[in-house]
Amino acid sequence: MNIKKMLCRHITAVPPSGIRKYFDLINEMEDVISLGIGEPDFVTPWNIREEGIYSLEKGYTNYSSNAGAIELRREICRYMERRFNLKYSPEEEVLVTVGGSEAIDLAIRALATIGDEVIIPEPSFVAYKGCTLFAGATPVSLRLKSENEFRLKREDLEKVITGKTKVLILAYPNNPTGAIMQYDDYADIVDFLEDKEIMIISDELYAELTYEGQHVSIANFDQMKDRTIVINGFSKAFAMTGWRIGFVCAHRDIMEQMKKIHQYAVMCAPTTAQYAAIEALKNSDDEVADMVKEYNRRRRLVLNGFRGIGLDCFEPKGAFYVFPDIRKTGMTSDEFCERLLMEEKVLMVPGNAFGECGEGFVRATYATSTENLTEAIKRTGRFLSRI
Amino acid sequence: MKNELLEILAKNCRLTNSQIAVMLGVEEKEVAEMIKELEENNIILGYPALIDWEKTDNDTVTAYIEVRVTPQRGRGFDKVAERIYQYPQVTHLSLMSGDYDLFVTVEGKSMKEVALFVAEKLAPIESVLSTSTHFVLKKYKEKGVIFEQKYKDNREAVVL
Ligand SMILES: Cc1ncc(COP(=O)(O)O)c(C=O)c1O
Repeated sequence: MNIKKMLCRHITAVPPSGIRKYFDLINEMEDVISLGIGEPDFVTPWNIREEGIYSLEKGYTNYSSNAGAIELRREICRYMERRFNLKYSPEEEVLVTVGGSEAIDLAIRALATIGDEVIIPEPSFVAYKGCTLFAGATPVSLRLKSENEFRLKREDLEKVITGKTKVLILAYPNNPTGAIMQYDDYADIVDFLEDKEIMIISDELYAELTYEGQHVSIANFDQMKDRTIVINGFSKAFAMTGWRIGFVCAHRDIMEQMKKIHQYAVMCAPTTAQYAAIEALKNSDDEVADMVKEYNRRRRLVLNGFRGIGLDCFEPKGAFYVFPDIRKTGMTSDEFCERLLMEEKVLMVPGNAFGECGEGFVRATYATSTENLTEAIKRTGRFLSRI
Repeated sequence: MKNELLEILAKNCRLTNSQIAVMLGVEEKEVAEMIKELEENNIILGYPALIDWEKTDNDTVTAYIEVRVTPQRGRGFDKVAERIYQYPQVTHLSLMSGDYDLFVTVEGKSMKEVALFVAEKLAPIESVLSTSTHFVLKKYKEKGVIFEQKYKDNREAVVL
């Protein structure tokens, strides 16, 4: 039997990630400084880890309720209100998921399928497009412009909306660009969407990592709240990537459908992680603030460093990425990253891994030590002066 | 701003003024001025390195000593504290609440040397009532730094 012929077509049609080859390369190299990995370099704060350990000592090793421990859902609601001024009901409008990743999949599957178009502003995190294709729906790329600092503009949105548009994905603060959207940026979009039957999935995993002003969600606009699925989590803000825990908040009618998928696909999020997450929300404001402060210093260091060695770079105001423009080197993103890796042992990720319009850019993470960043800037500078 | 500058220096005082300026988003000149002011006001008192002497061939023994004293009329504990901290062997001295009064850290080349210091210098001071010496066997953490831990990037390369 030819197994390949037996595989599902809309899964096989999705190409493997373009970044993979770099990761295979660095696994064989020594002394590489990786600015390629999109996760915090901090270890989860000790109080949070300790709660996880305690829960194991006490023998809390069973499934939790499908939607997540009610105590955690209550804390999530308090947190969302306290930090982002968003009100949800813990009983009906919150679901604890296996990372923001699962929430993205649930949200897309609950809303879109064959015949539906999902607008994905690019460059973007790689999961949205994949999940859209897996759901059988059609991803529609919207090209964000560097001259707008990769914010979503009404004009850009107008151009891609069709009668089949079902969902718009928003992801600010953004991976890979580090862009944010402020209140006025959203106001324009809200105005345009108000009378249209389009749902919104807002991935706000980096909300805490906002370095200028306050994080704004499109759900902060009353007329948008019911039709917006807000995704958030613990991975980035609390440095908890490996725990695999996140959450999603949405109107009860959407929630009911997402819960079904969640129930059958994963039952519930890891119980240990849920106990740790309760502690994260209750008692870790200072730890989060310290990490944010540190990221902010590194952000300035990298931005200044990159500009100093002649890379064009708009100022990212969120997440932990910078997204410099490398077009004037005459190289493609891929050539740039490959040569930089082979010649100077610095790993960055080519922008086109995040959508075609990311060509001409590279993504560098500053979630690594100041020493590493300083050395990486030095090496990249040497590389640029040679080419 | 000053507090953030101090936080940065407390972690790593070898950063250059220009690096610190970038991190804080201010001019280099401003950083230099702030540091100068903090030094002049005795807020920044020095820039010692944190060293794990265990790993060197420079033998150092550390002892923590609890000292009970009688405070002196009109001078409280300051006078006796001054007598004690003048010794170069004393690297740390605090006035404490609780069972004893002064907490003294003494460093020496050997246990014998430290013990002799206590017996011959510290204990005989007039207002000292008693001493209790504890030798350090192993240091795990000092000034927020864990000794046996090196920054190592253990993160796997994952697609995201
Ligand atoms: C924008 C964005 N959303 C979601 C995720 C998924 O995070 P997790 O599943 O760890 O919560 C990531 C991870 O890199 C991300 O960058």
